[in-house]
Amino acid sequence: MLLIHCPYCEETLPEAEFTYAGQAHVIRPEDPSGQSDDQWQEFLFIRANPKGPHYERWRHFHGCGRFFNAVRDTVSDKFLTTYKAGAPRPDLSSLTEGLK
Amino acid sequence: MNAPISSFTPSVLAESAAARVSLAAPCARLSLRVRGDFAPLNTALGLTLPTRIGQRAQSGETQALCLGPDEWMLQAPETLAPGTQAACDEVYGTLPHSLVDVSGREVTFEISGPRAVDLLTLGMPRNPDSIAVGEGRRINFDGVTVLLWRDGESAFRMDVWHSFAPHVLHLLETGVRELAAEAA
Ligand SMILES: [Zn+2]
Repeated sequence: MLLIHCPYCEETLPEAEFTYAGQAHVIRPEDPSGQSDDQWQEFLFIRANPKGPHYERWRHFHGCGRFFNAVRDTVSDKFLTTYKAGAPRPDLSSLTEGLK
Repeated sequence: MNAPISSFTPSVLAESAAARVSLAAPCARLSLRVRGDFAPLNTALGLTLPTRIGQRAQSGETQALCLGPDEWMLQAPETLAPGTQAACDEVYGTLPHSLVDVSGREVTFEISGPRAVDLLTLGMPRNPDSIAVGEGRRINFDGVTVLLWRDGESAFRMDVWHSFAPHVLHLLETGVRELAAEAA
């Protein structure tokens, strides 16, 4: 089982307490009705789906209930970091340095 | 199957040499959500709301458990709840908050006995010992979200929503028997 660090509880807990909530940092347009169909499609459906580090949202469902963000390597399943919702996207090079 | 759980009379639901599960008397349960500087609420409640998730505070018979960055569960005898709500209403004008009476939502199981911690591991993915005595957490117990209050080394209270209570109790009953059989 994966262990996930909740940035609100400040505890590292079993995956069974958490739910996955899709790609992180997908920003809703300020003026949705001003979007073209292609832009709207991009916002709703198009995701990065990388092989490697992925910025994604998780929720501590059976716990504090909070959504937060994480960077997880989709190959190794290793969490590189987790951070509070609204915090800036951490630079990838700072996260992967320790792995080399 | 619902009969013993819907009862308002405290009673022992399962017991063996290993552990005991009993139904607690009904109490008032208030769900509090507030952000910002909530010092006026501390005054109204007569206790200092803890700010670290899992921490508890108690004043008289009123207990508060911090569940999230802006969320607390308050428990008190039923007779105290109207006074608590009135005191919090007083500060609502300057400190908007949400204080909802959810007393009817849950039942409380009291879990104790020499193997209470082992009993909890049957349904808990996290280590029960990661919850210190005098603290509490909202946790996953066999797929159900419950509140767990740790009152002593082997004394716990578990608040379970009514509709999930028969499922949770069934697992606890099985565990109480199984742990006793193991010891024999
Ligand atoms: Zn959490």
